[in-house]
Amino acid sequence: MISEHLPVLQVVVPLLAGPVCLLLRRPSANWALAASVSWITLAIAVALLVEVRRAGPIIYQLGGWAAPWGIEYRIDHVNAFVLLIVSGVSAVVLLFARASVQREINNRRINIFYTGWLLCLTGLLGMTATGDAFNVFVFLEISSLATYLLISLHPDRRALSAAFHYLVLGTIGATFILIGIALLYMMTGTLNIVDLAAHLPPVAQTRTVAVAFSFLVIGIGIKAAAFPLHMWLPNAYAYAPSAVTALLAGTATKVAVYLLLRFLFSLFGPGLSFEQYLLDKILLPLAAVGIISMSVAAIYQTTAKKLLAYSSVAQIGYMLLGISLASVTGLTATVLHLFNHALIKSALFMAMGCVVYRIGTTQLASMAGLARCMPWTMAAFVAGGLSLIGVPLTVGFISKWYLILAALERGWMWLAALVVITSLLAVAYVWRVVEVAYFRHRESCAEVAEAPLSLLVPTWLMIAANYYFGVDASLTTGVAGRAAELLFGAAP
Amino acid sequence: MTAGAIMQLALFTPLAGAVAIAVCGRRPNLRETATLVTAVLLFGLVAALVLREELTREPVVLVETLPGLSLALAAEPLGLLFALVASGLWILTSVYSIGYMRGNNESNQTRFYVCFAVSIAATMGVAFAANMFTLFVFYEALTLATYPLVTHKGNEEARQGGRTYLGLLLSTSIGFLLVALIWTWSAAGTLDFTAGGILRGKIDDSLLPWLLALYFFGIGKAALMPFHRWLPAAMVAPTPVSALLHAVAVVKAGVFTILKVTIYIFGIDLLRETDATSAMMWIAAFSLLAASLIALRKNNLKARLAYSTVSQLAYVTLGATLATAMGVMGGALQIAMHAMGKITLFFCAGAIYVATHKTEINDMDGLGRTMPFTYAAFFIAALSIIGLPPLGGSWSKWYLMLGAADAGQQVMIAVLMVSSLLNIAYLIPIPVRGFFFAGSGEPASPGVREAPLACVVPLCLTAAGSVLLFFYADPIYQLLLPITGQ
Repeated sequence: MISEHLPVLQVVVPLLAGPVCLLLRRPSANWALAASVSWITLAIAVALLVEVRRAGPIIYQLGGWAAPWGIEYRIDHVNAFVLLIVSGVSAVVLLFARASVQREINNRRINIFYTGWLLCLTGLLGMTATGDAFNVFVFLEISSLATYLLISLHPDRRALSAAFHYLVLGTIGATFILIGIALLYMMTGTLNIVDLAAHLPPVAQTRTVAVAFSFLVIGIGIKAAAFPLHMWLPNAYAYAPSAVTALLAGTATKVAVYLLLRFLFSLFGPGLSFEQYLLDKILLPLAAVGIISMSVAAIYQTTAKKLLAYSSVAQIGYMLLGISLASVTGLTATVLHLFNHALIKSALFMAMGCVVYRIGTTQLASMAGLARCMPWTMAAFVAGGLSLIGVPLTVGFISKWYLILAALERGWMWLAALVVITSLLAVAYVWRVVEVAYFRHRESCAEVAEAPLSLLVPTWLMIAANYYFGVDASLTTGVAGRAAELLFGAAP
Repeated sequence: MTAGAIMQLALFTPLAGAVAIAVCGRRPNLRETATLVTAVLLFGLVAALVLREELTREPVVLVETLPGLSLALAAEPLGLLFALVASGLWILTSVYSIGYMRGNNESNQTRFYVCFAVSIAATMGVAFAANMFTLFVFYEALTLATYPLVTHKGNEEARQGGRTYLGLLLSTSIGFLLVALIWTWSAAGTLDFTAGGILRGKIDDSLLPWLLALYFFGIGKAALMPFHRWLPAAMVAPTPVSALLHAVAVVKAGVFTILKVTIYIFGIDLLRETDATSAMMWIAAFSLLAASLIALRKNNLKARLAYSTVSQLAYVTLGATLATAMGVMGGALQIAMHAMGKITLFFCAGAIYVATHKTEINDMDGLGRTMPFTYAAFFIAALSIIGLPPLGGSWSKWYLMLGAADAGQQVMIAVLMVSSLLNIAYLIPIPVRGFFFAGSGEPASPGVREAPLACVVPLCLTAAGSVLLFFYADPIYQLLLPITGQ
C-alpha cells in the first residue's frame, strides 16, 4: 500500500520532518532526525528507480485529482535518476555534517540549520519529482529560501553578503521562471508539463511562446549557474558552511540542469528548442567559452574552495555542451555528468570540509605541507581530483568518454580537442592544491591532526562511489542512455 | 592453472608484494626479502606462462566498464616478451637497488620499494592488456606510480623534473591518446587487440595518418620528439629507477604500446597499403638522429644515456612505421635487446656514482682501472647498443635493416647506419677515457675499488645477458613470429 505512494512520500517525508526538527532543541537529536529522514528518502529514491526500470514511468495524482486539474507527479528514468543523486548526496553529506556543523555553526542555531537542510532537500526533490510547471516554481522557492538561510548561517560575515548576492540573483531567476510559466499558462490554459507539451504546437509560432522560452531558459540558467549567469556561485560556495557547500555542489545546480532538460525536451520538444529557437547554436559557444574561462579562473584562485567553485561552473559547461550537441549521445553525456559530477564535487568539498575542520580555512597559503599532517584527507582530495580530471576508472572518465564520443559523432574534432584541453586545465588547478599540500614545507604538525573518522569515513565513502561507478558504469550509463532516449523522444 | 589465472596472479603478486613491503617497513632486511621474493615469484609466473604450449586466445574479462568496453587480460607474444623482460630485470634491479639505496643512505626507502612494486604491477597490466582501454588504464597507472620514484630526492630539482615528467606524460596521454582511443571506438565499435587490426574499412584512408599521429604522439612514453623532454627530466630519479623504469618498464611500455597499436589496431597490411605511416616514419628518423646528436653534447653521464634512450626508442617506432613484417620484428626484438643493454649502462652509471660520487663524464678519466668490472660491463653493453655482433643488439638492428629494405626505404637504411656511427661516437669515449686516460688530479689509486657487491653482480649479469641474447635469439624470434602474421 505504501509502495504506490512512494512518489509523494519522497517529497512529503522531509517536508514534514522539517518543522519537527525546529522543535527539537538538542543538536544531536536534530542531526539524528535529519540524517534518518535523508536516508529514508534515499531508500525511497532507490525503490523508485528500481520500479521505473522494471515497469516504466510512474504517474501519481496528488489527492486523486486527475491531471491537468490536479497536480501530477511523474517519475521516469530521467528524474528517478536525479532523485537518486539528490537524496544520495544529501544522505552521505549528512553523515559528514554532524561534526562539521558542530564546529562551524553556533550551537543555538543548529535546529534552524537542520530544518533548513530538510526544507532544501524537500524543494530539490519536489522540483525533480513533480510534473506540474507551477509546482516546480513552488518547490524552487522552497529550496532557494532554505539555501539562502543555510549559507548565511555561517558565522563568517562574508557569508551574509554571499547569501544576499545569491538571494538577489536567485530571486531574479525564480521570477523569470515564474514569468515564463505564466506566459505559457496564458497561451495554453494548463500547467501540467505533459499537457502543456500537447497544447503547445498550435501556438508554437507566437511571439509569446518565444518570450516564455527565453524567460525560462535564462531563469533556469541563473539557478544552474550557467556561464555567464554564474556570478553568485563562487562566493556562495566559498563562504557557505562546508557541509552546505558539499550538498549544494552535488544537488542544487544538478536539479537546475535537470529542469532545463525537462523544459527543453519534454515541454518545448527538441524540434522547437533547437530547430526554431536555435538554442544549441547559442548554448554551444557559451558553454565552450564558459568551460575554458572558468577553468582558467580556477587556476588563479588562492582559496581551495573557490578554486573548486569555479571548477564547478566549468563542469556545468560540460553538461550544457552535451545539451547543445542535440543528440542522444550528447544528452547521455549530460545526464551522466549530472550524476558523476555530483559524486566528484561533493567528495572534494567534503575533503575541504575536513581541512576547514582542522585549520579553519582553505587558503592555499595556510595549506602548505598539509599532506604530512592530514594524509588521509589530502589523499581523498587527490583521489577526487583524479576523478575531476577524468582519469580512467573514475566517474569523470566515463563522462568525458561520452562527451568526446558525442563530439566525434557530430564530426566536431575541435570540440573533442576542447574537452581534452580543458581536462588538462583541470590537471593544472588540481595540481595547484596538490603541490601546495604535498611539496611546500610546513614547520610542524603540532596543532594540526588528521580529521576525525566521522568526517573521513563519509568523505571516503563518496570517493569510493567515484571509483565504483567509474569501474562498473553499466548502471549509470544504462539509466542515462535510457533517459536521453526518453527526453529525445527516440524511444516509445 | 589456466593462463588467465596466471595472468591475474602476475598482476596481483606485485601488489601483494607492495603491501608486504609496506608492512615490513620498519625492518629493512625483512622488507628487502619481501621485494626479492615477490620479484622471483613474478618472474616464475611469467616464465610459466611463456613456457605453456598453447596460448589461450580468449581474453579474461576482469570487469566490464561500459557495454563492450572492459578491463581484460590476454596473453599474446609481444606482451609475453615484454612481461618476461620487465619481470626478469626486476629481480636484478632489486638486488642492485638494495646495494645502491643502502650504499647511498637514501631516505624513505620503504616508499621507494612500495612504489617500485606498484609500478611493476602496472607494467604487467600493460603487457597483458587485451584491449586498448585496459592498456590505457595501466599506462596511466604506471605514470602515477612512478611519479613518487622520480621525485624521490624531494629537492627543488627533483620537483622540477617530476613536474615535467607528470605534465608531459599526462598531457600527451589525455590530450592525444585518449582522443585517438575514443575515435577508434566510435569508428570501429571495439578496442580489442585483433590480429590484422580493427580499422580496415572503418575509417577514411585520408584520416588514417592523423589517427596514427594521435596515437604515436599520444604515447608520450615512447619519447618521440618533440615530446621527449620528460625522459631526461626524469633522470633526477635514483639510478635504479632510471635503470628499470626508464630503460625497461616505462619507456618500453611506450614503444610496446606503439607496436601493439601498429599491429593490432591498425594492422601492418592496412598501413602499408594506405601508406599512412610515412610522416611518422620521418619524424621517427629525425628523433633518432637528433637525440643521438644531443647525446654527443651531454657531459652528464645519465643525461647522455637518457638521450641515447630517446634515440633507441625511435628505432622501435621506426620499425613500426616501416609496416613490414621484418620491421616489426626488429622493433619487437629491440625492446628486449635494448632493455638488456641500457639497464647495464645505467647500472654502471649508478655503480660509478656509489663508488666515487661522480656524475660528469670528463671527471671519470682513468676510473676503468679502479673499477674494471663496471667498465668492462659498460663496454660490452655499449657495443650491444651500437649493434655489433656478437651482442644481442645486433639482431634488432639487423631486422630493422631488413625491414627497411623490404619497405624499399633506402634512406632509412642510411639513417640506421649513420645512427650506428653516432652511437659509437657518444658511447665508446666513456670506456676509452676510463681505461686509457690518466686520472686527473689525484694519483692513480692503487688496486680495485668497486661499488658494493650488490651493485656490481647485477651489472655483470646483465652484460653477460647481452652476450647470451646474441646466441639465444632464436627462441625469442620464434616466440615473436606470430605477430608478423607469418
